[in-house]
Amino acid sequence: MSDTHAQTVSFVRDSMLPPEPPPAAQAGAIRWLRENLFSGPLNILLTLVGFGVLWLVASTIWPWLSHSVWNAGSMAECRKIIAATWGPDASGACLALIKNRWNQFVFGFYPSALYWRPVLAFGMLFLALAPVLFSESRSASRRVMALAVVLTFVIAQILGAPGMALVLMALAMLAWVALIELRPGWALLASCLYPFVAVWLLWGGSLWSPAMALAGFVIGYLVWRALSRLGMLAFALAVLAAAVWWLLLSGWVAQALAAALPLRLQPVSSDQFGGFVLSITIGVSGIAMSLPLGVILALARRSDLPVVKMFAVMFIEFIRGVPLITLLFVASLLLNYFLPPGTNFDIILRVIIMVTLFASAYMAEVIRGGLAALPKGQYEAADALGLDYWKAQRLIILPQALKISIPGIVSTFIGMFKDTTLVVFVGLFDPLKAMADTIRASFEWKGAYWEPYIFVGSIFFILCFGMSRYSMYLERRLKRDHR
Amino acid sequence: MVDYPGVVKPPFRLSMLVYDRRYRSLTIQAVVFILVMLVAGWLVDNTLRNLAIMGKTFSFDFLFRRAGYDIPQQLIPYNSDDTHLRALVVGLLNTLQVSILGCISATVLGVVVGVLRLSSNWLIARLMTVYVEVFRNIPLLLWILVILAIFTEIMPPPNAYRGDNPQAGMLFFDLIAPTNRYTAIPTLGMTNPPGTIALGREGISWAFVAYAVAIIAALTIRYFVLRRAKRLQDETGRRPTTWWINLAILLVPLALLTWHFGLHLIAPVMRGFNFVGGINLSNSFVVLWLALTLYTGAFIAEIVRAGILSVSRGQSEAAAALGLRPGRTMSLVILPQALRVIIPPLISQYLNLTKNSSLAIAVGFMDLRGTLGGTTLNQTGREMECMVLLMGIYLLLSLLISGGMNIFNSRVKLKER
Amino acid sequence: MKKFAFFGTVAAMALAATGALAAEGDTLKEVKARGVLNCGVNTGLIGFAAPDANGNWSGFDIAYCKAVAAAVLGDPTKIKFVPTTGQTRFTALSSGEVDILARNSTWTFQRDTDLKLDFVGVNYYDGQGFMVRKDLGVSSAKELDGATVCIQTGTTTELNLADYFKANGMTYQPVNIDSNAEGEQQYMAKACDAYTTDASGLAATRASFADPENHIILPEIISKEPLGPAVRHGDNNWGDIARWTLFALIAAEEYGVTSANIDELAKSSTNPEVQRLLGTTDDLGKMIGLDAEWAKRAIKAGGNYGEIFAATIGEQTPIGLARGLNAQWTQGGLMYAMPFR
Repeated sequence: MSDTHAQTVSFVRDSMLPPEPPPAAQAGAIRWLRENLFSGPLNILLTLVGFGVLWLVASTIWPWLSHSVWNAGSMAECRKIIAATWGPDASGACLALIKNRWNQFVFGFYPSALYWRPVLAFGMLFLALAPVLFSESRSASRRVMALAVVLTFVIAQILGAPGMALVLMALAMLAWVALIELRPGWALLASCLYPFVAVWLLWGGSLWSPAMALAGFVIGYLVWRALSRLGMLAFALAVLAAAVWWLLLSGWVAQALAAALPLRLQPVSSDQFGGFVLSITIGVSGIAMSLPLGVILALARRSDLPVVKMFAVMFIEFIRGVPLITLLFVASLLLNYFLPPGTNFDIILRVIIMVTLFASAYMAEVIRGGLAALPKGQYEAADALGLDYWKAQRLIILPQALKISIPGIVSTFIGMFKDTTLVVFVGLFDPLKAMADTIRASFEWKGAYWEPYIFVGSIFFILCFGMSRYSMYLERRLKRDHR
Repeated sequence: MVDYPGVVKPPFRLSMLVYDRRYRSLTIQAVVFILVMLVAGWLVDNTLRNLAIMGKTFSFDFLFRRAGYDIPQQLIPYNSDDTHLRALVVGLLNTLQVSILGCISATVLGVVVGVLRLSSNWLIARLMTVYVEVFRNIPLLLWILVILAIFTEIMPPPNAYRGDNPQAGMLFFDLIAPTNRYTAIPTLGMTNPPGTIALGREGISWAFVAYAVAIIAALTIRYFVLRRAKRLQDETGRRPTTWWINLAILLVPLALLTWHFGLHLIAPVMRGFNFVGGINLSNSFVVLWLALTLYTGAFIAEIVRAGILSVSRGQSEAAAALGLRPGRTMSLVILPQALRVIIPPLISQYLNLTKNSSLAIAVGFMDLRGTLGGTTLNQTGREMECMVLLMGIYLLLSLLISGGMNIFNSRVKLKER
Repeated sequence: MKKFAFFGTVAAMALAATGALAAEGDTLKEVKARGVLNCGVNTGLIGFAAPDANGNWSGFDIAYCKAVAAAVLGDPTKIKFVPTTGQTRFTALSSGEVDILARNSTWTFQRDTDLKLDFVGVNYYDGQGFMVRKDLGVSSAKELDGATVCIQTGTTTELNLADYFKANGMTYQPVNIDSNAEGEQQYMAKACDAYTTDASGLAATRASFADPENHIILPEIISKEPLGPAVRHGDNNWGDIARWTLFALIAAEEYGVTSANIDELAKSSTNPEVQRLLGTTDDLGKMIGLDAEWAKRAIKAGGNYGEIFAATIGEQTPIGLARGLNAQWTQGGLMYAMPFR
């Protein structure tokens, strides 16, 4: 070929042309627009509709939001300022409501001098969770802890915690962080102590009451260890010992100790709880207590003992079959019927009990999923090692199953945290409806509909969205680990 | 247990109940059974004692007494002279109504949003993500209250539609009028009504029966047509076009019936204080329905998206390689496989929606909880009986839904192989 | 497993806090042992019972609770207010969660008998009325045929409304609402033509509007709503305490005993009835298990009935209710304390 054409070719390019820039319609922003927004008739239509919706929403909300007033003492004053500034027909957001009453949405009727206590309890929650939730990555764990400590300290400072409390608070949190960093094994134990500390911080009173409740568990554990060769009997005896302690002894031991060494915080009664403090208290304690119940139920449902399985299925399906609101009504209307005559729990406690039962059924399903997702080889390996059922569960199955269930547990928590707003229907002051109604019932803030919803809604969104992102991140990490 | 010859069965000793694995499971079950029964007995005993102390009884007699209160939304005739039992049924029907409509609309919305989230259109995909995240991460109660506030604060009152030059205009060719009390929608009317079958206080129009028969007949015929088409396809390899036959079988009788009865829409018109002629859907119903739809729709969108993403790309490529058109790829390859993943979580979303409909309390919609668990409970003071009944009915509903959907699920699953 | 600990703690603390177990039927002993009076109140009805920004409750019903606490425990602040909804109020009482229910509840036959409550008296004579906008052009409830009416669920008003429209051969469209705040919202937004509840509530609601002159309360009062505190059926002594505390407040007004002059009158009064009331002569308190000065403390807590009325819902307050039926019997009202003898 080259022979015949050798003479006829008059020009041979010996250097490459520099690459031309792509045509204007195929480059940069225009290309991006073409590809992502206007790639076909359907897409053009969709884009236009999308912009239309955006415009509609923005043009409705923006004038209202931009005419916002932050400094006013009442709704009427607010409206006057708006009319004076933006003309008589302007409508605007009266964000002064939030400025004046934000503390009620967050803390309910908690005494304002004691705001640092819920803050500290909430900050410590992250330290307690650090060894469990953030163990995947050392740096993430450190960041979360540092943030929790600093924020807790700063917020408590702003909210006017007394100096002594601030110092103790800083010391306690730093000591805890050090414990987590230096002795991770012990950190888990500290996490187990957290609920008692949190209860004490939130409700106040004598330190000895929660301490004695804790002592019951210690006693139970010691009895179990001492008699562990008796097998199941040891467990029963341990439960019995703990029960005897709680019902008969702990009361006066606590009193005696309180008399000898009064470690007291100013007590805060349950009816002063409200707002997000109430929501978070109910949500966190519900989830924390439903976890062990959920594990037991999940194991029972997967058990090969038909009677045990039947009870577990009945319980789980019953709870999952009825709306939470009916369970809350049971807490408020019926729970006292089921207990011995004269017993009377606080309504918050009754709600926590029902929420725990509710969450435990969902938790059981999540954990059952985790158990089912474990490769069969793990069960067989445990059997091959000659471990009995409980040892196999405790040492091999549950640690892995719980780990892969964490994203599910977090989503259960998100769902439950959102559902805590329903407590308004049994007369508790949730942040969403009850608090908004209470504030609206006062003469100053009558007629404020949107502002409370926006404020409470954004807090819910930030918390829930944060948690769901975290659980997705965790899910991705866990998936990678398993491949 | 199998008895092997030559193996001597050890004599039974009491300690074997604890130490022998064969008997231990029996022991554990017996112990668990006894414990559960003891706890249950304890609870029942407490309840009986408490009731006795308060001098209350446990009986459902109150269901047959006069209710005395009115219910704004009712699917069957009801007035304040009826019994609590009838109020219960009215409430149950309201619950069912909002749940069923909610499930349907949430599914439609969820599927659309789920597909659009995967769209190549940047703006739409982002918008849908925002919608899903915002609705998923804020409590349903807030959405209900916000939508209620939108309806009461922003929608015009009915008399804004009055006069020659009304301040507010009706939507959709003057058929729908949203107001701050109710949404007026058109109703169906007949020029030649065929009469009704009387069933107690309700009546079922013969026209309804005629339509139902026509639809069932069309579906039956369609089944045979499709069977024949499949047989022909198997024999000859060529599938006859059937869609126009099927469509005709369905539409022609319906059109004839419509013409015969003179079926037409009656638009609501403003007369006096309110709209008349159409159906006035109370806002509490519309708000609850909308809120449930938007909230559950966001969850379903996520499920649908995950379902579609779960079908590997190779499947659609393989379908394309086989020469399937995109539509058939979707219906024959992607969808059956995605459904497998979609349906189980979808069932639990339907259950959630049904249970969440009890939030009707926030808008005063008289659902089952509003009648039986609300006013009836309050007026009669029979909290034990009412709550037992209420939870029982919800439980039954849940079991029915999950049962029904599980049957559907197992039918979809068969295609898996 | 150890998180289970939490449950134990909370349970133990609650048991410790409420001193839960006590013999049923002796509320007085229970309250004294607990040191706190549990009082069931409205979740928020301004003038009657509402928390302020700091969670301090105030109002007409609250003042009565404080008087009882002062009489029984000697300290009007030793109260735990339990907010109850229309749904949960009676159960809260009958299950023992609250010792006394002062939640503007109507005294009816069924509640007094079938619901096993005991109403101890009437602290406010009310009646159900309607509020409409002036521009609706309605001047009588009889003209409300076909109207949309906002109504709170779970109240006697719901039944009265049904009966009233039925008796007058009229129809109406109810809009069920859950709380007073929501009712106001719906009414303000014109989602209903008329708002019906107790006339006192209507007045309170109207007073809080920016334009009260544009709303009228129709003259028809369609029901009797005697509102009063209630206690559990069966504990007669506790019922007596609740009843006579209420009478003490009413009687104090009748005899001119106020929180200002009470100490002086206790020493100097020559009226034998006042002397008996304030425990200077006879020891009436002993007969109901209290000390001699119980009524004195109750009156001192927030003043006599008239003072409480004036301070919480009277004409000088934003609620602006006239005494009307609730004036002393000597002034043509129905407030009539039984003799302290």
